[in-house]
Amino acid sequence: MKTIHVDTITANLREMCMEANYFLSDDMKAALKNAQEKEESPLGCQILGQLQDNLAIAGEERIPICQDTGMAVVFVDLGQEVKIEGGFLGDAINEGVRQGYVDGYLRKSVVKDPFIRENTKDNTPAIIHYNIVPGDTFRMTVAPKGFGSENMSRTFMLKPADGMEGAKEAVLQAVKDAGPNACPPVVVGVGVGGTFEKAAFLAKQALTRKVGEHSELPHIKEMEEDLLEKVNNLGIGPAGLGGRVTALAVNVNTFATHIAGMPLAVNMCCHVNRHVTREL
Amino acid sequence: MKKIIPVPFQEEQIKELKAGDYVYLTGTIYTARDAAHKRMYDSMHAGEALPIELNGNVLYYLGPSPAREGQVIGSAGPTTSSRMDKYTPDMLAAGLKGMVGKGKRSQAVIDAMIEHKAVYFAAVGGAGALLSKCIKEAEVVAYEDLGTEAIRKLTIEDLPVIVVIDSEGNNLYETATVEWKR
Repeated sequence: MKTIHVDTITANLREMCMEANYFLSDDMKAALKNAQEKEESPLGCQILGQLQDNLAIAGEERIPICQDTGMAVVFVDLGQEVKIEGGFLGDAINEGVRQGYVDGYLRKSVVKDPFIRENTKDNTPAIIHYNIVPGDTFRMTVAPKGFGSENMSRTFMLKPADGMEGAKEAVLQAVKDAGPNACPPVVVGVGVGGTFEKAAFLAKQALTRKVGEHSELPHIKEMEEDLLEKVNNLGIGPAGLGGRVTALAVNVNTFATHIAGMPLAVNMCCHVNRHVTREL
Repeated sequence: MKKIIPVPFQEEQIKELKAGDYVYLTGTIYTARDAAHKRMYDSMHAGEALPIELNGNVLYYLGPSPAREGQVIGSAGPTTSSRMDKYTPDMLAAGLKGMVGKGKRSQAVIDAMIEHKAVYFAAVGGAGALLSKCIKEAEVVAYEDLGTEAIRKLTIEDLPVIVVIDSEGNNLYETATVEWKR
């Protein structure tokens, strides 16, 4: 039995929120560099150059990469042989988010009620997804999600008869409709299968996968590669102002589903695809 | 050559700005996003005075992150403009001459831009750290209770923007992607 104190969890999350907002992960940085080499549109190249300069300033001066420092989405893998002591895990996570956003000069973008819309002033509550796993693993991923791209995300309740072609069409439609609004070059998270809410969860989780890594399932890997090519052929380009690079990756996660359906969700993410993982 | 455009605009400059132009804005602009737009819109419809003069001015759709000590402003990139579309035609009718944001606009906004001769610029979304360097002064001038959504008066120097929709309704989002489509 492993024991973790809630204060350790809070302290780590505080740092993770800041880190995610000042620095992109190495895979994202490499993908953006690579995009600059691949882009043929002069304006597109100029925009990708601005993004490079932006990342440099953000990291050096600890200014958030984007002013939309997001709503904090936290994925927790909690081993069933881990004991959390000193308080409630959910409170510890929210306290870590609160401290990270307040101490890190990150924007507070959360309103308490969707209709009354009063700002909570500390960016809580976080969106927390718990996953119980075997053993004594305790892993947290924080993925601050900006809403420019979140607003362009979609769910499609496809029919089994729609098949692979229907699924690809749905993804392409979502990317096309998002156009410049989702701040391309984007990362496209796709979830297929499960139920209505499971598909959306899978799509969100797909965004935390490393750019350049593919599904282990051969037919899904092929789907990802084909979709990436098709998305880039849309011509939307950096900032939606035309070009060869519209997406850096299309990541597809799948799950078992019902004989009558094929739920599909597309979670769009801008080029500031932030996620930091730590294991305690 | 760097094309610098002083803001607020001179009337004749509006005609010269064409969709696709990469320009730098220098001068004074005001920030306003969702909540500030709603308040101004409600005030206009209640016949109340607005806290800022729209006539001749440019709005930046921005809600910055907080400034550290010694900084003018935190990260300061554009937010998605389409959320302001409901309020924009009335603001253009009140004399608003330019908007800086990102993403598509509604046909109603484009029609109002043609009618009232205004320009829509895109700044690069997700480049807020870089763009913050072009902001030399920032002062909250209205709706302070809205926090990041308060109206700020900004003194800007060489803010890099692209004319996306010009005063004749030419739309770079519509034309630019065609060339790169395969």
